[in-house]
Amino acid sequence: MSRRSIPEINAGSMADIAFLLLIFWLVTTTIDSDEGIQRQLPPIQPPIENPPVVKQRNIYVVLVNGKDQLLVEGEIMNISKLKEGAKEFLIANGDGLRYPNKGDVENFPVRARVSKADVAQKVADYTQAVATATDENTKKAFEKELEKWEEKAAAIRLLGGDYYELPSSALISMQNDNNTTYDMYIQVQNELQAAVNELRDEISLDKFGITYDELKTRYERKPDDLKLAEQIEAVRAVYPQRISEAEPNETGNMYGN
Amino acid sequence: MGKFRKGGKKEMAAVSTASLPDIVFMLLFFFMVATVLRTEEEKVKVVKPKASEIEKIEKKHLIRYINIGPPQDRETFGSEPVIQLNDVFATVQDVQTWVDKERNTMREEEQSKMWVSLKVDQDTKMKVVTDVKQELRKATALKILYSTNERERTGGGN
Repeated sequence: MSRRSIPEINAGSMADIAFLLLIFWLVTTTIDSDEGIQRQLPPIQPPIENPPVVKQRNIYVVLVNGKDQLLVEGEIMNISKLKEGAKEFLIANGDGLRYPNKGDVENFPVRARVSKADVAQKVADYTQAVATATDENTKKAFEKELEKWEEKAAAIRLLGGDYYELPSSALISMQNDNNTTYDMYIQVQNELQAAVNELRDEISLDKFGITYDELKTRYERKPDDLKLAEQIEAVRAVYPQRISEAEPNETGNMYGN
Repeated sequence: MGKFRKGGKKEMAAVSTASLPDIVFMLLFFFMVATVLRTEEEKVKVVKPKASEIEKIEKKHLIRYINIGPPQDRETFGSEPVIQLNDVFATVQDVQTWVDKERNTMREEEQSKMWVSLKVDQDTKMKVVTDVKQELRKATALKILYSTNERERTGGGN
């Protein structure tokens, strides 16, 4: 057998073939990002017979009409002012940490003090209650309460002092008209969310050195990191997500439910 | 100075292009991994609104999509906004059954984690969106995402 050298295969066209494939993929696919504003819809509930009366000062009413105009707390407002307005609603009476508590500024929700001693007392009470509870259901109920107070205790510890919390009825309420455009609806939702996010970022940067967004991203990467979870809870305790939509109804009653 | 060679008779060594296909293949694979195949035909025209406070859903297999917007084919279907579920046009009344059907395609332990992504054209009136949301509530599909494009936060901020 004569030893012939195997001729080298010209690979120059390989690049062309691969390029063709690449371009085919580029054309047929879309980089579809699943990004957007996340919302949790409230479950449908049977109408309550006597809905509890909520103080007017505890609700920040945002109405959008069919011409995409805003009526906020009874006054016409430009959307560029909405974020500041919503922030003011949340902090007008001060959280006791970054904003000194002013107690009782008119027309804004009154924040209640969450003090270390009180919380410690409650935690002790409920620990006792859980330990002595006899039937399963009461025990579970007590455990739930205990968890709530332990979260508050953790918040005080992490934030470095007592804070003032929003009353549970405090709410940013939005209602739109059937003719409101979707774009306007999203812009309003976005501004309200921006108000909450900015406040959360501020306190998170101040106390933990990173933004709230960053806290969440890190927690997503390390879901078993309890410290991160506690930090997120602490921020949320001071600035809870309280954006809701009024029930749509045809009677024109703006504050249904 | 005899350090320089005279005469340009020497051939320049050809640059080897053998690694070029590899590089292109790497690019190709990158795109294959980073992109999602267009699984369904978009029958409605959607220009998404822009927002700054957006979050991303990592687990794509938990997401189902509802498209709302004017039909692509205006001559046949008119220009009023319509709802598209999977590949077909639907009415508001179809949403509940669709949710149940989609939920059954998922693993049982993941059914409660379903997200519904609303891809709605920005000029749509809220009537149809509100109706769809009510249907989703009835079907207890409560986690929703208003699909938007990204923009900067307004008014300075941080």
